[in-house]
Amino acid sequence: MATVNTEEAGLISVLKKRWLHWLRLTSLLAGAALLLSGCGRADLSPLNPQGSVAKEQLNIMKISISIMILVVAVVFVIAIFVLFRYRRRPGNDGIPVQVEGNHKLEIVWTVIPLILLVILGVPTVQTVFAQAQDYSKDENAVIVKVTAHQYWWEFEYPEEGIVTAQEMVVPKNSRIVIEAKTADVLHSFWVPALAGKIDTNPAGNVNRMYFDTPDKTGIFLGKCAELCGPSHALMDFKVKVVDAQSYANWLSAMKAPAVMPEDPAIAETFEKKCLSCHAVGELGTQVYPNLTGIGDRESVAGILINTDNPKYKNEGSVYDNLYRWLKDPQKVKPGNLMPTVELTEEELQGIARYLADYKLNYESEELRNNDATSDKEER
Amino acid sequence: MSGHSHAEGVLPHEPEKATLEGRNKVLGFWLFLGGETILFGTLFSVFIALRDQVNGGPTANELFSLTVVAIATLILLTSSLTSVFAIQAMHRNQPKAMVNWLIVTVLLGLGFLGLEIYEFVEYSHHGHTFAASAFSTSFYSLVGFHGGHVAFGILWISLLIWQVLKRGLTVVTAPKVYIAGLYWHFIDVVWVFIFTVVYLMGKVG
Amino acid sequence: MAHGSRAVKRYTGIMDWLTTVDHKKIGILYLISGGFFFLIGGLEALLIRIQLWKPLNDFVSPDTFNELITMHGTTMIFLGVMPVIFGLMNAVVPLQIGARDVAFPFLNALGFWTFFFGGLLLNISWLTGHVPDAGWTSYVPLASTTFSKGPGVDYYVLGLQISGIGSLLGGINFLVTIINMRAPGMSFMRMPMFTWASFVTSMLILLAFPALTVGLVALMFDRIFEGNFFDPSAGGNIMLWEHIFWIFGHPEVYILILPAFGIISEVVTTFSRKRLFGYSSMVFATVLIGFLGFMVWAHHMFTSGLGPVANALFSIATMLIAVPTGIKVFNWLFTMWGGSIKFTTPMLFAVGFIPTFVMGGVTGVMLAAAPADYQYHDSYFVVGHFHYTIVGGLVSGLFAGVHYWWPKMFGRSLNETLGKLTFWFFIIGFHMTFFLQHFLGLIGMQRRIFTYPDGMGFNEMNLISTIGALLMGLGVIFFVINVIVTTAKPRTATNDPWEDGRTLEWAIASPAPEYNFAQLPLIRGYDCYWKEKMEGNKELQPAEPLGPIHMPSPSILPFIMSVGLFISGFGFIYHQYVVAGVGLAITLACMFLRSVIEDHGYHIEPEEIQAKGV
Repeated sequence: MATVNTEEAGLISVLKKRWLHWLRLTSLLAGAALLLSGCGRADLSPLNPQGSVAKEQLNIMKISISIMILVVAVVFVIAIFVLFRYRRRPGNDGIPVQVEGNHKLEIVWTVIPLILLVILGVPTVQTVFAQAQDYSKDENAVIVKVTAHQYWWEFEYPEEGIVTAQEMVVPKNSRIVIEAKTADVLHSFWVPALAGKIDTNPAGNVNRMYFDTPDKTGIFLGKCAELCGPSHALMDFKVKVVDAQSYANWLSAMKAPAVMPEDPAIAETFEKKCLSCHAVGELGTQVYPNLTGIGDRESVAGILINTDNPKYKNEGSVYDNLYRWLKDPQKVKPGNLMPTVELTEEELQGIARYLADYKLNYESEELRNNDATSDKEER
Repeated sequence: MSGHSHAEGVLPHEPEKATLEGRNKVLGFWLFLGGETILFGTLFSVFIALRDQVNGGPTANELFSLTVVAIATLILLTSSLTSVFAIQAMHRNQPKAMVNWLIVTVLLGLGFLGLEIYEFVEYSHHGHTFAASAFSTSFYSLVGFHGGHVAFGILWISLLIWQVLKRGLTVVTAPKVYIAGLYWHFIDVVWVFIFTVVYLMGKVG
Repeated sequence: MAHGSRAVKRYTGIMDWLTTVDHKKIGILYLISGGFFFLIGGLEALLIRIQLWKPLNDFVSPDTFNELITMHGTTMIFLGVMPVIFGLMNAVVPLQIGARDVAFPFLNALGFWTFFFGGLLLNISWLTGHVPDAGWTSYVPLASTTFSKGPGVDYYVLGLQISGIGSLLGGINFLVTIINMRAPGMSFMRMPMFTWASFVTSMLILLAFPALTVGLVALMFDRIFEGNFFDPSAGGNIMLWEHIFWIFGHPEVYILILPAFGIISEVVTTFSRKRLFGYSSMVFATVLIGFLGFMVWAHHMFTSGLGPVANALFSIATMLIAVPTGIKVFNWLFTMWGGSIKFTTPMLFAVGFIPTFVMGGVTGVMLAAAPADYQYHDSYFVVGHFHYTIVGGLVSGLFAGVHYWWPKMFGRSLNETLGKLTFWFFIIGFHMTFFLQHFLGLIGMQRRIFTYPDGMGFNEMNLISTIGALLMGLGVIFFVINVIVTTAKPRTATNDPWEDGRTLEWAIASPAPEYNFAQLPLIRGYDCYWKEKMEGNKELQPAEPLGPIHMPSPSILPFIMSVGLFISGFGFIYHQYVVAGVGLAITLACMFLRSVIEDHGYHIEPEEIQAKGV
């Protein structure tokens, strides 16, 4: 059989013949990758990023996957070739030439991967440092202090002196600085369409990150990304990007005096049984989710989606969702800290109605027009 | 590869390495000490990370009395020296001298333990208990683990003293004594680090 | 127990297995137990996938789901694949280096029984209803008593602690065996790759497991004795757990994969009829991977707030591991290049391993880029990555090794047709299950969620993934059938049933005799058996005259010591300290007996050896 030198030559000629095959394979896979880059919901997918930070992160993904597709293609091509060309055929039963190695080849497949790593490593390091910048002293930045709980999200706007829950309202075209921690176990704050995640550690280890909101309004899905107990899967939240006017409206509406239920009996029940844990406006306690303007929000408890055209098991009108939650919170989110409050049917309906009607109506003309024309199918 | 290699009843020069079993035991034990180094290293790292978390309780500076600790250190270092003498006696084929040095080692070890128990009891009266703070938990875990190793070593060496007295110094008992000696040196080295990192730095920092 | 030169104690039947210190029997015990726990872990996986096949499913409750994912991960890694690795190491390494047993046969048995009883303790949690549910990584504060009130996590802590003792003992054993007990002529650079892999793996075990030991002790102290390591209210720090766990956890995955690399080298060379391309580089790459494996742990913590310097450094260090791994892959491909490839079942698994593991490896490099990882972390992308490397990689390698060495261990070869069915169902099912999971992660599905809302775009891929898992299950069933069917056949395997064996284990009978080698062989080169075959010799030259062979005595003490630890584990879990003390006392008493009772083993006389016709 062939000696080592001729084998080397044979190798090169085979590679030359195969480069077409190689090129075809690579472009096919690259095409698939690019196709996928348009994949997923625009309000959820890292492959369909809407914020600049998520876009930078997708860029790193694209560099890495292009390099890796190349590597995989090379390995696959050689492997497939070898398995066909050198399989044992009947009658061809001899002992092949025993080859100890090939210095040149070994250098090639050490040096080339190192070069590929440099190509990936440089932008990686640059992006790591860029995305670790602290913009909290930036005048134009909006600071939101995120506190994760089992199983809800608390959002405090220290510059504005307001606290809300489950839905972070922020202006478009802005830099949002997040200072994140947990009140209990580890969670992770993740809004995939806008940026990568940051873990929420207990108070001694507060983490900071930032993301930029896009130039247009929209509602983005947030997920908890660290196992935190039975309802880890149900700890969704929303980031609502609005125009400047709506944002200003929202801020003042959040600071406005609390609106209590009209019916005095319901108001009394609400004060006795709810305000010991929750707050509306300046009334009540801030220990558990703030209920101001809950009627306006996209969801109840983060997971029951408010819609007038419910399609799925976790959807319903605001009133229905509130009723369902109040009736049996443990059934909706096992292990959460709200007990089943003792309420008569009348009280239950009354409070659900009151909260469903507690809207801040902060959406500006512009935003309402956007909502009307945008695709409302995606929730 | 067999367990007996007496030539006319004369013990070879390094009896612990005279058989394959002996050589295996010595190498195996060095490797085990490598693992123990990682173990104590991790405990040290945890202690260093938590040393200032006193949760309102007494700090290291307030608690430690360098006098007591210095005496304990002296005792333990001396016991390491006497264990060296024991091995030297073993290599000179002097089982009686070896046993005597081992007995001294054990007694010194007991002295060290006694001082440490006294020390811990004193601390507990000052509110420095296991559950008091992150500092106290990591202190007692690190120093207590070491103390547990000392206690185990005392039991082990005592057992070996008895075995040598009963069966004599042979190519079977020699490796056991040798690795017990290695073990004793190891916990002495760990103590040097504890003395420095926990007590000295605690008083200074 | 035999005392000095008194009558030789030899057991039969079940007592033989409970008291054996023979590495070959211990290897079989590891294989059977590992296989058993692997099946349990596989069942847990199927239940997970059934729950996730459609959105908002209620096949299992959220609590049960968290228990399933915790037990699936913990059981598969510690009780499923690691024992199979130890089983193969035990069965093969002494034979490959020309030794009659490992350096410490008693400790070898002890290592097995502690692993077994630790695993039993952990899995008994299912029967008591107190199952750990904080993930196989058991992060605090979730795993603390504040948020995991019942004894579930204590089962995790104590079960793993006891099992871990076994792993550590095994590591030390193989290091000493390989360093001290190679046959004459077997220099380090003449050792087979599986032995090299076992050597480096054992070093990793020795240096990584003590960190886990400390972590588990700290968690145990916090949970059972009101310690404050991880309690922020008393000054503790949860980040400590993450660091300690991953300083162990990352080397652990190299402990898993390096033996598989060793197996692939053996199988690819045998069934290509060609020596390993670039042996020295392969050795160097193995050592480098082992070393680098200790430098990258914080890539599991990119999103925990370590800061840009740490994230950048760990990104680069992680990417670097791709280089020696790539060297290995190309060396395997070029071993096959110019060879004569026969597609036996082991070769199929090896050939399936290579592209699959490469895919897992490249997603690893993708994960290494920290900014991208901020998106990937804790999503299904990671789940896809590690199942590609551990299942598509390691488990394929283990199937290859098990099929390859089965005749050497049992004297019978597994059925090739059933083996091929195992392979095709497993590999196709595998890719179906896990390929799409990368995309699930990429479009926003987090991991460890018991269900997902409808309309997210996750539905179809989850369904396909579940179907794939069922196919994998079928593949495993074919393997189990193969084992049963083969066990019923007579022992007819020759010393070299694959006919192309290159390494020393194929020079002796299948299964190997009790004493392995009647006379220790003289090793004349790398691939020593192949060398002899090419020179027309049927066997190796002996390096010593025929003489009485010293054998270690069997002992029931390892079994009893492990029972003692098992009992004390229960005691600690339920805060019954008398029980805990009794258990520990049993173990200590056995250690005392072991030290005090001098047992010099027994001898097999030359007449016995010749009578057996070997």
